[in-house]
Amino acid sequence: MKIIVAIKQVPERDAQIRIDAAGKWMDESGLQWALNESDAYALEEALQLKEKHGGEVVVLTAGPERVGPTIREALAKGADRAIHIDCADLNKLDALGVARFLAAAIKPENPDLVLTGLQSDDLGQGQTGVILAELLGLPHSSLILHVDKTDSGLTVKRELEEGWFQLIELPIPAVLTIQSGGNKLRYATLMGIKRAKTKEVRVLPAAELAIDTAPVVILERVTLPQKQKSTQMIPGSPKEAAAALVEKLKFEARVL
Amino acid sequence: MSGVWVVIEDKDGRVSRASWEAVAAGQKLAALTGQPVNAAVLGAQTEALAAEVASKALGSVVRIEHPLLAVYTAEGFTLALQQFIEQESPTQVVFPHTYQVRDYAPKLAARFGQALICDVTALADGPVFTRQLMQGRLNGSYRPTGNGPCFVSVQAGAFRHEDIIIADVQPGSSAVSVFTPAIEPAQIRTRPSERFRGAEQTVDLGAAQRIVGVGRGIKDAANLPMIQALATALGAELGASRPICDLGWLAMERQIGSSGQTIAPKLYFALGISGAIQHLVGIKGSQCIVAINKDPNAPIFEAADYGIIGDLMEVVPALTEAVKAAQQ
Repeated sequence: MKIIVAIKQVPERDAQIRIDAAGKWMDESGLQWALNESDAYALEEALQLKEKHGGEVVVLTAGPERVGPTIREALAKGADRAIHIDCADLNKLDALGVARFLAAAIKPENPDLVLTGLQSDDLGQGQTGVILAELLGLPHSSLILHVDKTDSGLTVKRELEEGWFQLIELPIPAVLTIQSGGNKLRYATLMGIKRAKTKEVRVLPAAELAIDTAPVVILERVTLPQKQKSTQMIPGSPKEAAAALVEKLKFEARVL
Repeated sequence: MSGVWVVIEDKDGRVSRASWEAVAAGQKLAALTGQPVNAAVLGAQTEALAAEVASKALGSVVRIEHPLLAVYTAEGFTLALQQFIEQESPTQVVFPHTYQVRDYAPKLAARFGQALICDVTALADGPVFTRQLMQGRLNGSYRPTGNGPCFVSVQAGAFRHEDIIIADVQPGSSAVSVFTPAIEPAQIRTRPSERFRGAEQTVDLGAAQRIVGVGRGIKDAANLPMIQALATALGAELGASRPICDLGWLAMERQIGSSGQTIAPKLYFALGISGAIQHLVGIKGSQCIVAINKDPNAPIFEAADYGIIGDLMEVVPALTEAVKAAQQ
């Protein structure tokens, strides 16, 4: 199976977030970056499918030059090659615009399967995979925890709300968005890291793809959430704070 | 082109709470833009559901009905709504932001050259829609600029279904009509099975009166006994945010949040949990929430009644001792 995994580089989970001077995005200077969590699970699923059934795993990402180390990380874990859509102002695009870029890069590859994470940890829209299916004319399923290849296509385990699941059969080629937690993630080995340096990374300048990415939705302003609830912050050393909290839970909230 | 349409989802044959909240959002949007608000239900047999929706004062209610809509599929629902939207040309289409909507609404919007504005928490004149970024640490204001219909999904709990404007009408006075889409079996390529539960539940967090929840902040599974000691001292059940269960540190059945259990205890401790929306929706019903986190900007503090900024490794043992002392 030829599998394309669409991945995204996002700010590291514990990164200190500041809003930029224009109030339209985050101040990216000094941010640390990482592979989006559910994309890491999508990559893991792809690598396991390749180990079972053979084939090729291609990682695909869009972003500026800083995405390089994230691509190398995916290659070090075992992806065979990478496609990098070089695009400086990703955050000015809407979900449809990003998906159009990715679809343009996927089409000529004719993959059997396109995987992507359920949602990005920065924008959290969870739309890329579903839109890709529409643009590529492929069937899809989202929130997938497990993928089995069958004679006629795939059987996937989809997560529903409140602890329910569902099996879905679908033909290939198909698009799946992968939920976190279905597999155990692997680490890159030293050998993997060494090999990654020699693997192919094809850079596609965004302009060459000639995609209409004029946004239909614009992120106008970014703000800090306003506090809606009055939270009592309890100061002091751990011991003092603990004692004060227990007092309050007992006599003020009356829940102890 | 006119009108706001709300797409209704059912839960066990009744209009789901999230759908009523979407109706409330739709009414607010309609009021801002001076338009009527209408509702659509989809399925193979939608009469009862449509009648329930029609008990509210909406412009009109449409039953989008077809045998191939008996079971949800992204392709079936997208086709049916595409045809209906082409006929009706709404200004805005509002959905509840459920797992099902996430599975097809982005596809439907893309078919119209639009992008879904998803998981919306507030709306204002413009219209401008607010949604959360960076796991709740930032808000973003989004403005649609396209010419086609605007597709919006609203976050659970962001709009109150108690706020639905019920005009002075008799129940069932909204006009109900039927729309029959053209769908061929071959157009639906996915075959879903009956839904099933995961492993049998042995803990019922939903009924627990006190719960101690842990998140990534504990860093290592080796620190779990320290958390368990606090839970034992409190007589509380242990719960966790999703990453802890994904890592296998606690059983999946202890997961709290939109993909796990919804809790409503008297007392909930969120330890080292940053407070992503998926977790927050699961703890909303808690009477008293205590958050302990080293990051003063963690969104969990927004939801908490009491907060301590500090290192779990220091605060939790101190708290266990203080709880024990208070019980003597």
